[in-house]
Amino acid sequence: MAGGVAIKRKRRKSFVEHTLAGLAATTAHALQAEEITKADGLLQHLDPRVKVVGLLALIITAALAHSLWIILTLFVIALTLALLSQVSIRTLARREWIGVLVFTGCIALPAIFITPGHVIYRLPLLHWPITEQGVRSALYLITRVETAATFSVLLILCTPWTHVLKALRVLHVPVVFVVILGMTYRYIFLLLQTAHDMFESRQSRLIGKLEDREQRRLAAASVGVLLSKSLQLSNEVYLAMQSRGFQGEVYTLDEFMMQPRDWIALFSFLVVAGLGFWWGR
Amino acid sequence: MHIPDGYLSPSTCTVMYAGAVPFWYCALQRVKRLLHTRLVPLLSVFAAFSFVIMMFNLPLPGGTTGHAVGMGLTTVVLGPWASMLAISVALLIQALFFGDGGVTAYGANCFNMAIIGSLVAYAVYRVIAGRAPLTHSRRVIAAALAGYAAINVAALCAAIEFGLQPVFFKDATGAPLYAPYPLHIAIPAMLIGHLTFAGLAELIISGGVVAYLQRTDPSLLKATAPGARDVDATQEITQSGWQVTRPLWVGVALLMLLSPLGLLAAGSAWGEWAPADFKNPQARLAIARASGNSAPPTQAPQGVEKLSSIWTAPMPDYAPKFLKSEKLGYMLSAMFGTGLILMAFMVIAAIVQVLDGKRQTDELVAANGNGAS
Repeated sequence: MAGGVAIKRKRRKSFVEHTLAGLAATTAHALQAEEITKADGLLQHLDPRVKVVGLLALIITAALAHSLWIILTLFVIALTLALLSQVSIRTLARREWIGVLVFTGCIALPAIFITPGHVIYRLPLLHWPITEQGVRSALYLITRVETAATFSVLLILCTPWTHVLKALRVLHVPVVFVVILGMTYRYIFLLLQTAHDMFESRQSRLIGKLEDREQRRLAAASVGVLLSKSLQLSNEVYLAMQSRGFQGEVYTLDEFMMQPRDWIALFSFLVVAGLGFWWGR
Repeated sequence: MHIPDGYLSPSTCTVMYAGAVPFWYCALQRVKRLLHTRLVPLLSVFAAFSFVIMMFNLPLPGGTTGHAVGMGLTTVVLGPWASMLAISVALLIQALFFGDGGVTAYGANCFNMAIIGSLVAYAVYRVIAGRAPLTHSRRVIAAALAGYAAINVAALCAAIEFGLQPVFFKDATGAPLYAPYPLHIAIPAMLIGHLTFAGLAELIISGGVVAYLQRTDPSLLKATAPGARDVDATQEITQSGWQVTRPLWVGVALLMLLSPLGLLAAGSAWGEWAPADFKNPQARLAIARASGNSAPPTQAPQGVEKLSSIWTAPMPDYAPKFLKSEKLGYMLSAMFGTGLILMAFMVIAAIVQVLDGKRQTDELVAANGNGAS
């Protein structure tokens, strides 16, 4: 987005451009997820309740495991599930792994040197000790986070959001909360669109560069406008709900039916989680 | 500050869920009573709002950019209880849908950001804003500082949770299983970032938006300004909301403060008993008495010796090790710290309420005297 033959090669993106890019990326992110939920894969065909319970069990097993091998095995299982569900490794890497690796890697790196324990190597020149315990600890953190993140991203990539919400009822999440979650998700896109339009109209009337101070004022004002719009929207939605007979009671349609393959899948998820728990103690 | 899965042990996560549940329950009860069916769309839209403003990258002094969480702002507009719920909903969508923050760590994230964040923001805002009129610049400063304080206290909570992990959870070789840094590294590491960049973003957004609302729609600031000079109808809502849940807070704070003290008190008496003491009849007596034995001082030394020998058995194995334990030390300091924060918050809120009550009666008297307020 820096000008074509820019004199200053790296102009800092303005707040407006930056935010516009972020808003667009979030929408694209959600759209891509929706595409994948429609693919013809293993996880897509399973009952959402099975997926929520099964993948949650695997996440908890990964969190509980005290053995690197078990965590790595779970990671391989996650990869296999992804491939069988037509989620490409590239998608996983782009959406999850790289970000997690950069973030968690930065956090885990110093642990290699500062965790006390058996020294296995010393950095030349700096003489920093690398300890066995430090390396293990860093590996634990990274593999565990990557594995759990892969399972949770698989759930979302292979299940439409509305189904995830309905499946949450199995976990006894109160129905009001589920309805609020569902509506929130819808309004996120509406407000994303609103914010996007606001910034786009501003950007199209902008020449040159705003001062930082001015940008901050603009940011605060945009948030303020969005806030007023949100409140207005919530009022209108309330009136609309009331006029359609809403009296605080929430009804959901429960049309999920467990098929034999769902029972098999649930059984396999729980067996894998149980074995992982047993061996990884 | 969104803690991902894998940084906290499952037992920590369970504790954090357990800590968050009573607040969620109270918040839901409070908000339900206030808003009835209006609750559903209001919370939905507000959760969506707090989600969307996290994408606003704003330039900070010094050339970096940062984004706000909106704890300060949501609290100022909605009050602490509704804000708790709205931010929790936003966090759940972030965790599930956008992979920002873990599923198992969701309880911890809510506890730090939605619950502690909202309550701290509310306390700071109310104390600094006082009874200033809705459009007074003092409210801008109050909101800015509320946002700043909220995000930093939330970061401190997260740091404490991280810092406790390596103490409690290690594998057979001694390698930490979860977040690897102890408190003395985790706390400065988390706070340096938040005291500077993230805190600044929150400060600018909270203050800036309140300033904007003052110019455009000051009525939005009414909910958390019950004593403001230009708000005629005092809102009982936020006040009574606080009163209902106060016992909960007092209980939690006292428990956190007292449990380590109790352990220490019991332990120090036990730890003082050096093995040499057991050769001294008087010390033995004291031990016997401290151990719940009601033997009178005149009792035969043999009897005392017998009794004390019963009590010497568990001591070398139990008490001294118990007291020297690094884990216990960490846990005590963390609990004590959290208890102190809660207690401070309680005191601040109580002072605010007393002052408000006094002012309101003063005002009432003045109004009756002058015939106008």
